[in-house]
Parts: sequence; C-alpha cells; structure tokens
Amino acid sequence: MQKLRIIKSRFVPLKIENVDTDQIIPARFLKATTKEGFGKNLFRDWRYENNDESKPKKDFVLNDPAYSGEILVAEKNYGCGSSREHAAWAIKDYGFHAVVSSFFADIFKNNALNNGVLPVQVSESFLQKIFGQGADSELTIDLDKQKIRIDNTGEEESFGISPYKKTCLMNGYDDIDYLISIKKDIEEFETKKQSENSKTYQSA
Amino acid sequence: MNETNKTDSSRAYSSNGSGGGRTLFEKIWDKHIIKKIEGGPSVFYIDKHFIHEVTSPQAFTGLNNRGIRLFRPKQTVATADHNVPTLHQELPIKEELSRLQVEALKKNCAEHGVELYGLGHPFQGIVHVIGPELGITQPGMTIVCGDSHTSTHGAFGAIAFGIGTSEVEMVMATQCILQSKPKLMRIHIDGVLNKGVVSKDIILHIISKISASGATGYFVEYAGSTIRSLSMEARMTICNMSIEMGARGGMIAPDETTFNYIKGRKFAPHGEEWEKKLAYWKTLYSDANAKFDKEININAAEIEPMITYGTNPGMGIPVTGHIPSLSEVDEKEKASFEKSLRYMGLEPGMNIKGKKVDYVFIGSCTNSRIEDLRMVASFVKGKKKAVNVEVWVVPGSRQVEMQAREEGIDKIFEEAGFMLRQSGCSACLGMNEDKIPAGKYCVSTSNRNFEGRQGAGARTLLASPLTAAATAITGVVADVRELLN
Ligand code: SF4
Repeated sequence: MQKLRIIKSRFVPLKIENVDTDQIIPARFLKATTKEGFGKNLFRDWRYENNDESKPKKDFVLNDPAYSGEILVAEKNYGCGSSREHAAWAIKDYGFHAVVSSFFADIFKNNALNNGVLPVQVSESFLQKIFGQGADSELTIDLDKQKIRIDNTGEEESFGISPYKKTCLMNGYDDIDYLISIKKDIEEFETKKQSENSKTYQSA
Repeated sequence: MNETNKTDSSRAYSSNGSGGGRTLFEKIWDKHIIKKIEGGPSVFYIDKHFIHEVTSPQAFTGLNNRGIRLFRPKQTVATADHNVPTLHQELPIKEELSRLQVEALKKNCAEHGVELYGLGHPFQGIVHVIGPELGITQPGMTIVCGDSHTSTHGAFGAIAFGIGTSEVEMVMATQCILQSKPKLMRIHIDGVLNKGVVSKDIILHIISKISASGATGYFVEYAGSTIRSLSMEARMTICNMSIEMGARGGMIAPDETTFNYIKGRKFAPHGEEWEKKLAYWKTLYSDANAKFDKEININAAEIEPMITYGTNPGMGIPVTGHIPSLSEVDEKEKASFEKSLRYMGLEPGMNIKGKKVDYVFIGSCTNSRIEDLRMVASFVKGKKKAVNVEVWVVPGSRQVEMQAREEGIDKIFEEAGFMLRQSGCSACLGMNEDKIPAGKYCVSTSNRNFEGRQGAGARTLLASPLTAAATAITGVVADVRELLN
C-alpha cells in the first residue's frame, strides 16, 4: 500500500447526504474478480444519462470540469448501506485519496482505511465552510498532525483516527501483515479456547 | 418511543467480569479477544466465516499473492447466491461475468478445501438463510461474512456482522480481524402486536423513528416481551435490518425458542455435546445490572403495517399514513427528501395507500424463509393476483423451496398467479437478470430501497410479506388489515 502523509489538493464537492454504496458503485459492476478498474463506474448512475457513457449528466459534479482533485467532500452519513469494499476501490481507482464528511458509515470507513483512502470526519460547520469555497481553492490534510486546513482562509480543524490505523497508513502497512505476524498468539488462543470450552461445558 | 442516553463513561464494566453486570454482547466479545493493540483495535477471533461469489474472489487472490493457504477451512462455508439465476439453475449461467464469478468461487473453494454449497447443491441458498437453517449458526459464536446482512445471525445470540473484502482476506489468512468495541444500544419492544402487524413492520417502524443512521457506531440488542414472543424467523428479520439504521449488528439473547429451532438441524450439536453447549448457551443474556450506552423503548401496540416511500429504509410510514409534506421536513433534509421523491415519482403529502404498483417481490434474506412463504400462502389461498402486477416469490434456499413444494405452497401460488422461482438474492439487488424495469414500482420484502437497487431506475417500496401479498392481490398498495377476516 502507498504511504500517506500530506494531501494537498483541490476538492470535488458532492452536496448529497446519505450517499449509499449502491450509488458509489452499483451492484451490476460487482462482477469483477480483481480490484482494479472500478473508477470508471464510480457514481455511474448519477454520472450518465441512461447508463450511456456518451451522455454525461451535466449537473453532476464529477462531470463539471471546474472541479477536480484528490479529495472528495460529501454531506453527512457518507458510505451507508452495503458493505461492498468495491466502493472504496472505486473511490481510490478514480483518484481520490481522502473523503471528507461530517459523518461516515462504519463499514465504509473501515474499508477506506484498509485501502489507503483517508476518511476525514469534520464538524458540520467546518464541512459547510468547505462547501462555501470556490472551485479553485485547495485543502491540505496532514495525517501526521491530524489537521485539515482550508488553504484560502487558513481555517483548520483536527480530525480523529486510531493511532494504529494512522501508523499503518503512514507506513503503507496493512492489517493482514500485522495479523500474520502474530499467528502464534492466534494458535495459542485456539488451543486455550478449546480446552476452556470443554471445561465450561463439563462443569455446567 | 422514548430514549435514554447514558453519558456515564465510567461504565462499571471490566473484561474479567469482576465489575458490574455484563451485556450479552460483552460476554461473547470478551471470549473472542486475543489481544488489544496499544492505541488501536483488538484482535478478534472468528468462529464461523461465510463466503459467497461476489466479495470473495479478490480475497482469494490476495491469499494466493501472499503465497499462503486458507488458515481454517473447516470454519468456512461457501455458497453461490448473489448473482445466480432463479430460473433453470440446472443450465449454465448465461451472463458471462456472473458465470465467471461462480466458477472462480468453485475453483477457489476446491483449492483451499472449503465446503461449497453451490448451484445444484441441496443446501444452496442465500448465505444468511442457509447458516441458520443448517444449524451452523449457534449462540455465543462470532460470525462474519463479506455481506452487511450478516447481522441476521445475531438473532441466535451470536455476534455477527458484515465485513469488507480486505477483512475477508484477514479471516481467510488468520481467522481474525481487527475490531474496536462498538457502543451498545438496547431496544425494548413490549406489548402485543396488532392484527396484520409482523416483525418486518417492527423493524421498519424502528428505522423510521431513529433514521437510517440512528444506530451508527452501535451494536444493538433487541429485548422485551414482544421479541420473546417471536419465532426465530421473525427475529432474524429484525436483526437482518439492523444495518439499515447504521448499526454494526443486532442480536437477541437465546431462549427456548432458539434452542428448539436449532435442535436436530444438520450441523447442530447432539447427544452429550448438545447438553454441554445448551448449558453454556443458557448463560448468554444481558445481566440485570448490565449497562448500555443507549436504551430505547417501543410500545408494540403503536406499530402499524409499514411501507417505505423514499430511497433509504428510514423513509417509512404506516400504510395508512401520508408522505411527509414539505413543511414537515427539516430544512436541512429538504434537498435529499425532494431528490428522493423525484426519483420515486411521488409527491410530498400524498397518501401511499392505493398507489398502483407493477411488481411484487417476495424474497431476500429478510423475508424468504419457510415461515414467510407460509404466511403469504395462507393469506393468498383461494385469491388471485391483480392483472397489473407481476409477482415473484424467490425462496431463500433450495431447502425452503423443497419444503414449500412438499407443503403444497407452490400450488397455492400457482393458482394465485404468483411465480415461485429458485433460490438466490434475485431482485433484492438485481445482480442477476431479475431486475425491476426503470420507472416501475415494486413492493418488496427485501431490505433496501436505494436508487437503482432493484435495477436502474426501479422504484422500491419496502414492506412485510403480508403487505406485499395484499398488494399483489389488489394491485395497489394495500392495508392488509382490511383484507383479513
Ligand atoms: S438477499 Fe439481498 S441483502 Fe440479502 S444477502 Fe442477498 S443481496 Fe444481500
């Protein structure tokens, strides 16, 4: 996984609440057996008229040439619904490295972190300040300092992340590397659990 | 409904049980934590792992890339459900990508020694239907699957929740994932349900009250006299939809109903082992002095047959109610509300009852068990569907289908003009060819009414099997109570 530290970029404002993962990547695109190539179908049904790539919907922000960047900014409760990790893969494959919202659904947050996409949860008022910025303004997200800044105005806010996840992202490790490294503990636990279980059951 | 928030952060809880009482969740959680990472999550041990064709291929590829084998194949069970056809399952799958996914699952399971209940197998079915039905799902277990409705299994007093594909790979590699302990919420439902009101209405009512994100960050325990009176199937419907209010999962303490359901099933313990396990299962309940971060009380008598009108499951109303008018909607929510109604082709303030529909879908891991089919059959017996609706009944598993045929339920459906198909997820998410056409209305017993969920442009109204059946007969959104004698 790529190491993450500072993301300084313009942003794409998605002013929609409760964006569910069925919108991020509709079910019909889940038939792949690899993790690549989902970006072109990100927000597919919001992006194109009648599922036709030659007919982009003009009023959808991804089709607005004024906006671009590595940061997606969305209204509250982003990523609810289905647990499909494809939603995080699509976000990443499209080129976003961070998603900013005032509230994230649990599974999406986890999936994003596991794929090197940083979910940045900000206050509702800060979120609205970001939405108030023009298309050419930039945000700076500093993972180490856990700060997000609106570059134009200098306003900033801190965000939370578990220290463990932070270390993983900054060093490009993933959870599986860690779990494999403690396999001995897992095996010991299994043995203990088995003998404990048989004791519990017998004494009852 | 009333709510209490416990802000007391110094909860008298200690993981070795020496403090105050423990919740059902904590009793199981504590038994499965291998270690806690400093400043991070805990290493959480998984007893059972279900996999299916859609969220497993990339995980298997990950294992293969790391050059490792699946760690505990005996604790993993696979089925093909999400994109399988529901007609002519004996023929090769026509749609190429679906076929490739199902074939990849077969190959991966064979290579890694995983038991697969694939197409054609008598145990095939929706992953959350077959686990309980085969007696694989048991109290006290930790269960995960790369599917958000894994919460269904919590009805047995298990900690069960959906995970992403990276986590599927973690479980395959190590039988563990990393988890932080969620906050705990308890929802009490007490009292007697009204005529025509079933468990689906309970959960739609709850979600409409607390919203589609109202339980985010929480694991929910359902309790109270109403829950106790429900069958296992009905309890599964409730736990199933916990995720639709944002909860990580839902659970219900096991009791005689649970034990009777499990007893004698294919993979249930028997003989001496049954007795030992049973004694343990009986210790699985929240202690009287256990503390929850939030408690909600609901009076069962207030619940009416429910239906959704919008594009998230929190947008539900009693079938006799009206869609909120603009003045009833919070200023901040107005834009999403209007967007949602535009998609649905509905107007603020209008009544939902009497709305003409085109399809009725009875199926999905929420409501496709034998009890659901029996409920529908006993209601439609001797009646005929309205000419303007097409009715699909998709059993949750091969076993459910066989049982329905044995009981003559298939005949009742045939006479009513309902089409009994073969098992799978089907129009719940429209990954196979069972899609609702754009612009059409479908009253569905599934769990999600998101835009395009049942097919691009499809308009979904979520309801109970009884309300769906009544709608099928009248051709319009119906109040089932008017049709019950
Ligand atoms: S029936 Fe629907 S909700 Fe259930 S597992 Fe299948 S797709 Fe998911």
